[in-house]
Amino acid sequence: MSNGESLRRSPLDEQHRALRARMVPFAGWSMPLQFAGILEEHRAVRNQVGLFDVSHMGRLYVSGTDATELLSRAGTYDARRLEPGQGHYSLLCQDDGGILDDFFVYRVAADRFLVVGNSVNADRDREQIRGLLKPQINATVEDRQESTVMLALQGPRAVETLAQLVGPEATQGLPRRRCTETQWQGETLFASRTGYTGEDGFELVTSVEPGRALWEKLVAAGVQPCGLGARDTLRLEAALALYGNDIDTTTNPWEAGLGWAITLDDGADFVGRAALEAARARVERHLVCLMALGPGIMRSGCVILQGGEQVGRVTSGGYSPTLAASIAMGYLPSSLAAEGTNVEVEVRGKRLPARVVPRPFYRRPAAPPGSQKPTPS
Amino acid sequence: MAVPPELRYSKEHEWVRVDGDIATTGITDYAQEQLGDLVYLDLPKVGTAVHQFEKLGEIESVKAVSDIFSPVSGEVTGCNEEAMKSPELVNQDPYGRGWLVRLTLSNASEVDKLLTAEQYEELVAQERAE
Repeated sequence: MSNGESLRRSPLDEQHRALRARMVPFAGWSMPLQFAGILEEHRAVRNQVGLFDVSHMGRLYVSGTDATELLSRAGTYDARRLEPGQGHYSLLCQDDGGILDDFFVYRVAADRFLVVGNSVNADRDREQIRGLLKPQINATVEDRQESTVMLALQGPRAVETLAQLVGPEATQGLPRRRCTETQWQGETLFASRTGYTGEDGFELVTSVEPGRALWEKLVAAGVQPCGLGARDTLRLEAALALYGNDIDTTTNPWEAGLGWAITLDDGADFVGRAALEAARARVERHLVCLMALGPGIMRSGCVILQGGEQVGRVTSGGYSPTLAASIAMGYLPSSLAAEGTNVEVEVRGKRLPARVVPRPFYRRPAAPPGSQKPTPS
Repeated sequence: MAVPPELRYSKEHEWVRVDGDIATTGITDYAQEQLGDLVYLDLPKVGTAVHQFEKLGEIESVKAVSDIFSPVSGEVTGCNEEAMKSPELVNQDPYGRGWLVRLTLSNASEVDKLLTAEQYEELVAQERAE
């Protein structure tokens, strides 16, 4: 991005500069790439706990007696299935089934939802959902990207850290993908048991001033601040798709392995439904996980070959700190997508042997028995 | 940021230490800091003839790959195998245990085309200001 173009700054910009973060342009925002270094931050999240500023993510609050109807029309996962306190991954599609964004939809209360989408698509998401409003639909779509801070606290020690600093209400009885609202410094704090790292953890939304105080308190308590660099290595190990790399408006979501975000069986008339039903019967390739068998780093855009013929391209690739090897994702024809299939990846003119491996690359160890006490909902 | 006064530097952020007709090269402290955590080095084989300011190898950090250029011409006599196994050595000690390639110098006068420590510090100050 040119210097002349002004970048949006996170409400935590001053905090990042005070910590001497390296800032980079990302989706129109100036965000931290790294604080201590990508490897150190990655390991902190895998072994301890790390804190990300994700205030660049889109945050739409959809409220009103018809909010459920509006969102069951907008997203591929039927919002009517969500009980208050539940969240689910969903897709925002266009009529032809192309993916406009992938997002998380949380039913915060009966008539109130929070929709968290990618920063690069935030404006498009808002306009797409607002475009479905009609005079007879009682719902409002409020963009709270400017007025709130969003943090992700991730890692095996996230639960105890949040319970200690914010209070046990924020974490108690909050299983995976559940959300709650609690109080922090006299303001509402949204907390969900979600993330983009493959670890246990929380995503947190609150107003700007208490958000800054929460960031500072967590950092002062020794939580490692983390940037976009570690966010990318962590999500790649967890084989989580990145919009713009692994999925876009040309993707068949079934090929991307995102069928779990689409509910076809309860008749919700969401945008793109007919096209997605057809796409389900037309799965010709699969988003696979590749591990390099030699030295070299596979990167996005690298050609995947078999028998000297191009069979696909890497959509996300890099170095896995956990596996100490290069890992990548890319689409391969169904006939080549089975685990154990050997391919080659062209890395800067050299052919690097690689193999299709199980998805994801990294799965967090199961929690020891008795360490989680889910309460009845 | 360290810039040892006894070394000479290229505009591409490599350093060279000349000892008789033996030249030892690596990347500067500034370069390693800018690249971030290094995870892979691709260095030339012993016996390879390299030319001043031409590609010597590749160096990859977690986030990106970069070419490294030879600050002088010569024939490769050794690569730092310890650093190839543990590229973090280049981050930790870029002028010492993190050296990259050793060469026999084929034209000693080429060293005069390189920057002094003082000139290199000016270059880095300019880049930082941009």
